[in-house]
Amino acid sequence: MSWIRHNLFRTWWDAVLTVALGAVSVWAISSLAEFVFVTGRWEIIEVNLKLMLVGRFPEQHLWLASASVMAIAGWMAAAFGSDPRRPEDVMSMKAKLWDTTQRFGLIVLLGVTLMMLAGLQESLPVVAGIIGAIVAGRLLNLARRRMSWLKSWPGIIWHLVVVSPAVVMVSLTLLNADLELWGGFLVNFYIAIISIVLCFPLGVLLALGRKSSLPIVRLISTSYIELIRGAPLFVLLLLAGVALEFFVPPSIAPGSIFRAVTVFTLFTAAYLAEIVRGGLQSIPKGQLEAGKALGLPAWKITLMITLPQALRNVIPAQIGQFISLFKDTTLAGAALSIVEVLKVSEAITKQDDFLGKGYIYESLTFVALLFWVGSYVMSRESQRLEKKLGVGQR
Amino acid sequence: MSPLTAVSAKTPPWRDIRVLRWLFQLVVLAIVVGILYWLYSNYQVNISKSKIPTDLRFLGNPANFTFPGQEFDQSSPVRAAFVQGFYNTLRVAIAGILLSIALGTLIGMARLSKNFLVRAVSTAYVEVIRNIPLLLLLTFMNLAVVLQTFPRIEDAWKPLDLFVVSNRGIAIPWFDGSTNTLLVVIALSVVAAISVGWWRTRRSDRTGRPARSLSASLLAFIVVSVGAWMALGYSWTLPVVADRGTEGGLRLDPSFFALLVTLVIYTSSHIAEIVRGSILAVPRGQGEAADALALSHGTKMRLVILPQAFRIALPAIGNQAMNLIKNSSLGAAISYFELTQVAQITVGNGSPAVPAFTLTLVVYLCISLVTSLILNLFNRRLALVER
Repeated sequence: MSWIRHNLFRTWWDAVLTVALGAVSVWAISSLAEFVFVTGRWEIIEVNLKLMLVGRFPEQHLWLASASVMAIAGWMAAAFGSDPRRPEDVMSMKAKLWDTTQRFGLIVLLGVTLMMLAGLQESLPVVAGIIGAIVAGRLLNLARRRMSWLKSWPGIIWHLVVVSPAVVMVSLTLLNADLELWGGFLVNFYIAIISIVLCFPLGVLLALGRKSSLPIVRLISTSYIELIRGAPLFVLLLLAGVALEFFVPPSIAPGSIFRAVTVFTLFTAAYLAEIVRGGLQSIPKGQLEAGKALGLPAWKITLMITLPQALRNVIPAQIGQFISLFKDTTLAGAALSIVEVLKVSEAITKQDDFLGKGYIYESLTFVALLFWVGSYVMSRESQRLEKKLGVGQR
Repeated sequence: MSPLTAVSAKTPPWRDIRVLRWLFQLVVLAIVVGILYWLYSNYQVNISKSKIPTDLRFLGNPANFTFPGQEFDQSSPVRAAFVQGFYNTLRVAIAGILLSIALGTLIGMARLSKNFLVRAVSTAYVEVIRNIPLLLLLTFMNLAVVLQTFPRIEDAWKPLDLFVVSNRGIAIPWFDGSTNTLLVVIALSVVAAISVGWWRTRRSDRTGRPARSLSASLLAFIVVSVGAWMALGYSWTLPVVADRGTEGGLRLDPSFFALLVTLVIYTSSHIAEIVRGSILAVPRGQGEAADALALSHGTKMRLVILPQAFRIALPAIGNQAMNLIKNSSLGAAISYFELTQVAQITVGNGSPAVPAFTLTLVVYLCISLVTSLILNLFNRRLALVER
């Protein structure tokens, strides 16, 4: 009772706000619930689920795509949280349960929704595979913490080993299935992942170049970063769509996914560079001076002292940038006619069975759900990671 | 001769840091120039093969398209179409920036409210909007809300008889007269408000009497604008449905409305986070000092917390404003005739693609540079002068 008085009706103005907003939120939640459970005609998603998720991906290679998802899930389960625990991380059972629900509840909910839409027959093997990969990953992780001979491996080797199945599967999928046939959410996912991997080294190099004391290097990096940051991504994609073939030898003949990955990589690298630069600026000068006092050469100081700390300090910003890259992959559909998920969701409302009946609500809501869960979970995880690495404490 | 001097002989050039620094820079320069040259020579080879013009002469050709809902002669040159597109970009950008700063500030402050419900609703708003792709929001607003949910013009919604809402666009009450006069009146009122505020602050500094510069500025703004309004003999017009369209008021095209609303919703969710972070970033001691002086909550926010938060927030909000300008290029995806859409159409009509899109990029770059210049000027004035 006192909680209500204190938090909802402190003053008369508060009371007015509470009543008004309360009415609005009750209406919003009830109409959303009505849409989801009563009036929504989800058969359009059920019929087209495969099209939305993978497009016209060749049937015989579909197992490669599922296997890469499993490998990635296994890698994440194995790699994250593999550092030794600090005493303050130990939680009671109840707190642990609540924490796990918060972290994975949404993903599980999305998975169950997808399973319901796809039908148990189709989805059970894939889901079982993913769960199996996660369990295996966790076991590996546990083994690393418990077994002394595994513990003695250097971190980098361990991470390389656990990431290798994912890399192998992803490359196999890329090599085997004709890129032009890819579609749906898979394309968004792959464009995002490949661009993240490619833009990271370029972004770090640009950041170092911009912070460098060498005038020519600084000039080149700064002008690249500022030029890219002043340009809209959509126009760059359009430009790449009509002009990229002019800038490469005729033998390459870039496909639309190649164009998209090129633009996303070059674009995100400039933004990433600014983020990393912020991280470099947050490193106290003493760190650099300590390195010099030890007689380390400049490249060692950068690689082993300043850069690791800088990257750690800006983890949330980096992940934020990757999330916006993930969201921006939808632009590839509008600018380059790639059949990514947003394009598919518009196209399926024009099928004979659904044309002119206003199915756009259902199909766009479904896509929004996919992106929302993905981005929200990623940003939550980045906050956790930040806390865990002790930014601002150590 | 001591052995020490023998050691400090001249450093050989391959170990001299000055030589190495220049050598390294030359290597980097050579690589970059090499890449650029490679791209350029490919471009030359490919262009000469395909016989596509690379100059800007296409700007003089007739445009061969019209702007929906705007006066534009089909036979005017492409150049004029670009100018019109640029104007449309500015229109949505300026309206969008002002509205999203207002909405974002409101929501950012609501995120810190003591009222649980206010906090919950604003948090939900921010977390939902920020994690959905902008193009998805825009498509939803255009296809689902404006084109499908809004009624046909025959049974348009008329809330309070002030607005006319239909799938042909939104009409709002507007000032009756030319836009230029309106702009002059607004400019005059803003100048009056700023100078009165400045005068009140000066006077308060001199005499120690309360300044109340905010209310004085507001009063000056209202007096000047209403005065000019009366003097010029203008009035409002209300939109009415007439002949499968609307008459009177200001008509906003469906695509303009969808783009503006989406940009405002999306950008305000980002600005809200910035505002919240900046208010939290004001040192605690400032608020505690205000409490110790027994300032009321409103005074504390207005005179102590918000000015300092604003200083912290300004660069980030400026970034968001630039993002909004760049994001307005998505208007091309819903056929709002802004710069990018104009470029796309002229390319479709046969203008050479590379120069047309490069020109578009250069225009956006100039807009960004001018915006960041203005922001830097502001920022320099506001920045804290430290020891």
